Parts: sequence; structure tokens; C-alpha cells
Amino acid sequence: MSIFEYNGSALVAMVGKNCFAIASDRRLGVQLQTVATDFQRVFKIHDRLYIGLSGLATDAQTMYQKLVFRHKLYQLREERDMKPQTFASLVSALLYEKRFGPFFCQPVIAGLGDNDEPFICTMDCLGAKELAKDFVVSGTASESLYGACESMYKPDMEPEELFETISQALLSSVDRDCLSGWGGYVLLVYAALLTPTEVQEKILKGRMD
Amino acid sequence: MECVFGLVGKGFAIVAADTSAVNSILVHKSNEDKVMVLDSHKLLGASGEPGDRVQFTEYIQKNVHLYQFRNGIPLTTAATANFTRGELATALRKNPYSVNILLAGYDKGVGPSMYYIDYIATMHKIEKGAFGYGSYFCLSMMDRLYHPDMSIEEAIELIDKCIIEIRTRLVVAPPNFVIKIVDEDGAREYAWRESIKSPDVSMA
Repeated sequence: MSIFEYNGSALVAMVGKNCFAIASDRRLGVQLQTVATDFQRVFKIHDRLYIGLSGLATDAQTMYQKLVFRHKLYQLREERDMKPQTFASLVSALLYEKRFGPFFCQPVIAGLGDNDEPFICTMDCLGAKELAKDFVVSGTASESLYGACESMYKPDMEPEELFETISQALLSSVDRDCLSGWGGYVLLVYAALLTPTEVQEKILKGRMD
Repeated sequence: MECVFGLVGKGFAIVAADTSAVNSILVHKSNEDKVMVLDSHKLLGASGEPGDRVQFTEYIQKNVHLYQFRNGIPLTTAATANFTRGELATALRKNPYSVNILLAGYDKGVGPSMYYIDYIATMHKIEKGAFGYGSYFCLSMMDRLYHPDMSIEEAIELIDKCIIEIRTRLVVAPPNFVIKIVDEDGAREYAWRESIKSPDVSMA
């Protein structure tokens, strides 16, 4: 079994109209055994930037701690939050530093950039960035997720529709993957004209097996 | 094979572990205590390679004590868990420790908590957990019979059922177990479950 499949994970991020959604499964496993069904894979960097880390759970936790550390330093020096594009470059650099002894995690980054423009990207464990305009996926269920997202995605979806789409794509994909699942966690960030950025977090109940 | 398991109840947490020290086919002793009392309100149940287990848990214990001496207040359970994970994670790509850990503690204001820390430094806060071959039996028993806010009697009954299941169904089942409890009164040994008593060594 590959080291990326040791814990099991599924992550997806999608772009809508002035909004983005990032979703993950909730299973923490050790190969065939399920250890927990409330594991967190999507982390907040700041109000308008989230990162999901799939792959080996220990490296996801270590990467998250390193990234929070670097972002806090950035905030102290620059007195502002990092833009998603900048953050993506930071993650890529941190991963490539360990080129010959890498962190076994694949990040999915989602955020709102300048002019409330949604930004998503993914990268492999060595930091090769993959920018996308529609959706990005990662984890053991990635192949199923590609198929589900490709068929369900439409450009410029409103927040409610985007939430529905990403939830259905996630649940139907993890049902085909034994290493991920046990529910879902969806986070939707919506930038409206006059109101501050709205964040919605929901737990999904899927097939609990 | 080594079994460590535990659960969180109403105002307390329990960690139980087998007490066999084994080398290949030889049982060195059947009363090896694998649940360390870290400080007044913390338990550290550890399983894995014997040298690493003793070395690493003593290292954590001494550092927890050092923090208390330096700062005058004890570490919280969450802080201890994160420190332990940090040590395992740092050592992971240099000279890894092969130790799986269940850390249980009681903090004033927060109550009881338990952390699952893998040998590769995966950390997660849990209500019930188990390591080793025994986990295949214990986790299913606990999934079926555990509910939040169990009383001590109910929890010990569940622990005993897990021990009976391990003894019945595991081919090289360890004969003896130690059960330790931590609640607001502190961390202490609760009971031993022995099916084979070690012969007394007469003092010459």
C-alpha cells in the first residue's frame, strides 16, 4: 500500500460566482482500520483563505503548523493577510524544500483574492502547482472526484447551488472509495457586495461505512 | 501482542494495557506496567518496541515535570499531547520512535480528555481508542457498548468485556491487564486483571 493511502482522504474545492467551496471527508484510518470519524482536514489560514491537506495525516498536521507559523510571521511583518496566490507559492516552496525527503501530503488551496475573485489550486507532494478555473481534487478518492466534478460542475454557480454540487460530488465519490468517507465537511465562503464575507460550515451525513 | 485501549467517561478517563513483556516466543514477565502516570492528572499508555517505549515515555514524563518546576503550573492535557506529537514528528525523519500512545488527562474546567498519538505522530482527540491486535476486538466492542458520559461502573464493565474478548479471541492473548483511571482526584491505578500470577521471587 502506498504511503499516500495509509490514512485515507478526499478533498475537493470548487469555484462559483464570487464564492468558493472546499470540502473534505471525515475519516481517519490506519490502513483498513478506522480510528476516528471526525478528523479535520480543512484548515483556516485567514478569513478568506483555507487549505485542505490530504495524504499522510501526520505530515498534513506538521505542514499545517508550519504554514500557520509562516503566515503569522507574514502578518506581523506586512500587517495584512496573505493573498491566495502568494500563499500557494509559499506552500509550493515549503514542499519543494523537502524534494528528496518530501512531506507525503497533497494540498488543496482555496481563497478569495483581490476584487473577491475566487482562487483555487492544488499541488502534488513536491509542490508542482496546478491552477484551475473550475475545481481541484485530491486524496485517495481523487479519480472518482474528477469524474463526479466534471459531470456536475457548471461555471458561475450561486452559493446555494455550489454547496449542493460540491456536497453531491464529494459524497458520491467517497462512496466508491473504502479509505475515505464517514461523512463530509463542507465550507462555503461567499463575498457579497455590501455585507462582510460570509462563511458557512456544514457537516454532511453520507454512508457511514 | 501488546494491547492498549481506553475511553473517556463522565468526569474521568480510563486507560488499560496488557502487562506482558515479550521477546519473540519468550515471556520475560507478566507484570510490566505500560501505563505511566505522567503527573498528578495525566496517564500515558504506550505500546510498541520495549526500548523505545520506556525511553520515550520517561523522556516525556521528565519534560512534563520540568515544565511544572520551571513555570509553577502543570501542563494541560492538550499541551502535553501536542508536545508529545511534536517530539515524535521531529524524530520521525531522523530516528523514529516505534511507540503508539494513548494520553489521558483531567484538566480543571475542561474535564477529562484522551488523545490518540500514532507512532508516526498522527494526533487526534478521541473518546475511545485502542492500539495493537487487541484493537480489532476492543474498538468494535466499544463502538457497540460505549456511550458518552458513562459512569465508572459502566466503564469498568466495558473494559472488562474488552479484556474478556481479547482473552477469548486473540491467539497469543496476554494474560494480565492493568487498568488506570484519571479524574479530578488525580491519576491512579484502579485494578489489575490477572489470570496468571507471576511467581513470587523469594528474597535471599
